[in-house]
Amino acid sequence: MEKIERRQFLKLGLYSTAGVLVGSFFAFAKTEKDIGVKSYEDLLKFDWGYIVDTTRCIGCGSCVRACKVENEVPDTFFRTWVERYEISDSKKVHVDSPNGAIESFKENNTKDSEIDKAYFVPKLCNHCYDSPCTQVCPVGASYTSPDHVVLIDKKHCVGCGYCVQACPYGCRYIDESKGVADKCTLCYHRIHKGEAPACVNACPRNARIYGNLKDPNSKINKILNQRRYGVLKPEL
Amino acid sequence: MESFNNFVFPNELHITWTVMIVLYPYITGMVAGAFIVSSFYHVFNMEKLKTVARFALVSSLAFLLFATVPLLNHLGRPERAFYIMMTPNFSSAMSGFGFIYTFYMIIVVLEIWLSYRVEFIQKYNQSKGIAKLIYHLILLGNVTDNENTRRIDKKFVIILAGFGIPIACILHGYVGFLFGSIKANPWWSTPLMFIIFIFSAIVSGLAVLIFLYQFVHWLRKKMVDQDCLNLMAKWLWGFMIIAVTLELMELLSVSYENTERWAILKQLMEGKLKISYVYLQIGLFSIVPFLMLTYTSLYKFKNISIKNLIIWISSVMLLLQVLFMRWNVVIGGQLISKSLRGFTEYFPGLWDKEGIIVSFLIILVPFLLLYLFDKVFPFFKEKTS
Repeated sequence: MEKIERRQFLKLGLYSTAGVLVGSFFAFAKTEKDIGVKSYEDLLKFDWGYIVDTTRCIGCGSCVRACKVENEVPDTFFRTWVERYEISDSKKVHVDSPNGAIESFKENNTKDSEIDKAYFVPKLCNHCYDSPCTQVCPVGASYTSPDHVVLIDKKHCVGCGYCVQACPYGCRYIDESKGVADKCTLCYHRIHKGEAPACVNACPRNARIYGNLKDPNSKINKILNQRRYGVLKPEL
Repeated sequence: MESFNNFVFPNELHITWTVMIVLYPYITGMVAGAFIVSSFYHVFNMEKLKTVARFALVSSLAFLLFATVPLLNHLGRPERAFYIMMTPNFSSAMSGFGFIYTFYMIIVVLEIWLSYRVEFIQKYNQSKGIAKLIYHLILLGNVTDNENTRRIDKKFVIILAGFGIPIACILHGYVGFLFGSIKANPWWSTPLMFIIFIFSAIVSGLAVLIFLYQFVHWLRKKMVDQDCLNLMAKWLWGFMIIAVTLELMELLSVSYENTERWAILKQLMEGKLKISYVYLQIGLFSIVPFLMLTYTSLYKFKNISIKNLIIWISSVMLLLQVLFMRWNVVIGGQLISKSLRGFTEYFPGLWDKEGIIVSFLIILVPFLLLYLFDKVFPFFKEKTS
């Protein structure tokens, strides 16, 4: 073997290290999975569902922050938020959600000694079947995708605000900078790449679960088959 | 009963529908109401209304031309307004707006054109030069005026007025349905909203006609047609009784059933809407005109001027009553949080894009337009007092 000069050796070492680093970045960073949607018919195999486990939520607000960043949600509006319920001895219920819980919660509002029970309830768009918001959109900009996610076509929305009025859960708002309606999209851009929605991803306690309701083996179906669950405002 | 603090969902800090959306039903209410009064003359041959029939039609048009202004001012994307007619989603009550509005506009314009044809022909014959050309164009080249054409004109007016009544009811009624069909809002949701809005519209239409009719005649120092005024005042009395009764009955029903929503609605009326609803809309502007109009409708007056003054004051109060009703429905409903646990706040700013000054202008301009219209389509053939 010829004697390599020190400078050449160092250069070789530097370039190969750089190459390994860059190469490994590409190799490990790709978390996308192909969920197998190539045509309209493939979409029909999916029915995206979402569970919020209020026994697990600790009110940290990570989901609110993650959603804000991922979806560029405008200030003072929220695609998801967390509410804190404090129920005290005198059967008083104190509910609050300071700035949507984006900076979590500070002190309690009720004295500790008086609290009977307290819990957190994360809220987001319910992506209703037969949703009232798509029913009332005058131009059809609000629609339900074939895989049951309620979405907004922002190029078509006229910003009338009727859908905001019709939503029973207060999850819609008008994005003033764009003049159109906006709301949680279940991170449609992520779930189609096999990635969890930002809020599900960020939750440290697995209080938020998503999955395909049409897949009998999905985690979400296992939970729905094993535990009691409810729907908000079922009478509507 | 659990007590609660004031909590609203984070997205509910700002309300979506502002005072612009209060003005829209107010204006279309006057449009529909005025047209229906005019149609009672044409279709049901109530001769006493002949004096105001044409005035009512032109008033209807003047307000109609301005009905879309508050909506366009409010839309997030007004440049896309025509999507409502290009890609309507017919499950939405709002999608009907474009078509109903256009169709109704065609009917009103045609009816006005037919009603004024004789005057236009006279003006055509009397004028020269450019004015003559303009009248010729307005008449679409047809300057024949004889018994036959008058008969045909009248026949078509009756047909148009006949079609126009249900269309006018739909024009304003659909707004009521738009609110009443929103199950998510406990203040709005009722099947009666469609009916309440229609009767309220007739009240505002009659009130604005009486208001303007008396005002114009007072300005020009002419005598009013007393029979016509008496009839309109009696109708105003009757329709306002129905409109207020419907609204109060609906409230009685909700309070009696005492379902989950009653707690927050009661708080709304005892709190945020106490002044605008209880004291003003019902108290001052419903009960007082009711008493005044009962008096003018049932008792013989020796001094007609006093009677007419009371009628005029009642019409002003009822115009305000209908405005407050629209405010209380539209804004009141949005003040309640959908969590049913609290209220948000709203009052329009003075100089806002959707604020007080703009609202003032939007209400004022149709009246100015009417003044200009009078120059082209003179409304009244009055006797001097």
